[in-house]
Amino acid sequence: MVDLSVQIGDLCLKNPIMPASGTFSEDLATVFDLNQLGALVTKTITRGIRQGNPTPRVCEVSGSMLNSIGIPSKGVGPFIADMVPFYQAYNSPLVVSISGNTADEFARLCEEISVPGVAAIEVNISCPNIEEDGKAFAMRPASTLDVMRKLRAATDLPLWAKLTPNTGETSDVARAAEEGGADALVVSNTMLSMSIDVKSRKPRLGNLMGGLSGPSLKPISLRMAYQCAKAVDIPVIGCGGISTIDDVLEYLIAGASAVQVGTATFIHPTVMVQMIGALEAYLTEHNIPSVRDLIGSVRDEEAADTVVFMEAAP
Amino acid sequence: MTAAVLHVTPDSVPANERVFESECLVKSNMPVNNDYRLLILDAPAEILNCTPGQFFHIQCPVRGGHQPYLRRPMSIYGYFPEKGELQFLYKIAGEGTAALAELESGESLNVVGPLGQGFHIADDWQNLLLLARGVGLATLAPLALEAQRLGKKLTAICSARSPELLMSIDYFRDLGAEIITVTDREGTSDLAHLQGVIEGLIAGPGIDAFYTCGSNRLLKLLQELGAKHGIPGEIALEQQMACGLGMCQCCVRSFRAENGIVHKRVCKEGPVFDLQEAMGW
Repeated sequence: MVDLSVQIGDLCLKNPIMPASGTFSEDLATVFDLNQLGALVTKTITRGIRQGNPTPRVCEVSGSMLNSIGIPSKGVGPFIADMVPFYQAYNSPLVVSISGNTADEFARLCEEISVPGVAAIEVNISCPNIEEDGKAFAMRPASTLDVMRKLRAATDLPLWAKLTPNTGETSDVARAAEEGGADALVVSNTMLSMSIDVKSRKPRLGNLMGGLSGPSLKPISLRMAYQCAKAVDIPVIGCGGISTIDDVLEYLIAGASAVQVGTATFIHPTVMVQMIGALEAYLTEHNIPSVRDLIGSVRDEEAADTVVFMEAAP
Repeated sequence: MTAAVLHVTPDSVPANERVFESECLVKSNMPVNNDYRLLILDAPAEILNCTPGQFFHIQCPVRGGHQPYLRRPMSIYGYFPEKGELQFLYKIAGEGTAALAELESGESLNVVGPLGQGFHIADDWQNLLLLARGVGLATLAPLALEAQRLGKKLTAICSARSPELLMSIDYFRDLGAEIITVTDREGTSDLAHLQGVIEGLIAGPGIDAFYTCGSNRLLKLLQELGAKHGIPGEIALEQQMACGLGMCQCCVRSFRAENGIVHKRVCKEGPVFDLQEAMGW
């Protein structure tokens, strides 16, 4: 019997597979038993009501997709009233993703959502779809440190900081999040992208630009997860383009303690359940007693730190 | 291989709300006319507990030059639990349906469903009017079958560009429906003519409910007639989708509500909506 459990700060997960925010909701409970998952990560909510972006909100690009959903949110009140009780029926820990337009508004929501039934808060300091041309807290170390300190002061719950690939300062942002009080890093989010219909010459998303997700994002997110795992002492949760068991293994070997599966669930709603079974089978077959033995087992002995933290291709 | 559901479904979910990811086998995939093809699948019994108006989310194959990534939502043309059969009527409109058209008998196809909220037929509705154009009739075919099963009187107004593109006429006729065809070529499909036909039905045998799908023009006409004569109705709507399950919020449309305009997900709150709530596009 192999051990699939992993530790994310004070939180013990029964296995390292969980959904990525925005690609999961209570609706998936109509397909399989959610207790099979390592954690339940909800779609980002904001304090107030948000309608989201104009349609089309999604388009596909050669084996991946772009989205500009725009964080439609019913607000914090209805979430606490309806969603938190719904997830209390499950024993997998509930991780609530939140976002805000300013650091103070963000911190206020962080305080309000710190209620019984919530096991951890994922702070989406990276969403490229909010106002101000997609600028996000996690693009720079200083704004990351500032918002994380305010969020840390607002709650005693574990804080998972979700980073963005839309930065040239990955390692510095990761260290700033750790210094600001993050208990774990989620690495990372969608990458700002665009697609144009050549026949109509119109952008294929109603919001003109959106976030790339799916298999083509994976090498970028994997590189970032590797860099972040080298840069900080807190756990890293890999996220980006994971659709097969080999993708899961790759992130774990790179240094991630757990992974989030997103767009792949749109293609195969039961993919996370299949990955958990495949991970167990892999460990059994290779006589590896614990999934924790895989974490950070990448054979990179030859690489110097200057290479590890590079922000441009050689 | 045989058709099969790929996972264990949760007991806690009522049977009619369960969603399945399944492998089906292609029985046949043939053209029915110049524009449309009929796909018949051998499907596991569990997934055929459907309601008329529901849809499946189909993983079109990566084939030749076609590389569809996301699933494609497709309304159910027919579901027959007694023979384990699921049918879709489709037109090649893009990469996904072009790839689908290349599937041959014996190949497998991954489908997720049944999904969404279907049509309602109130017990006291006796005279039902179906109005649709082109492939829109495909969406209404399971409703016609259900109406026949319930012993309702059915009138179907079928609209198309030309007479040879009128589809499913025999299917509806076999179900005992009264068929009225209108076409652009014959000059009978314009709104004024349609309005006259429908007003005639209302004045004659009477109509208890309207059902339609897909067309902005037909929606507006039925909304006006429904408001004027106090006749309820439902419309099946389409929208581009990603997950099909309600998670991603991609497929929202605007609807009239008591407190203003609201967004609803076509995949989850729909695809069938109240006729008067729906907004033109």
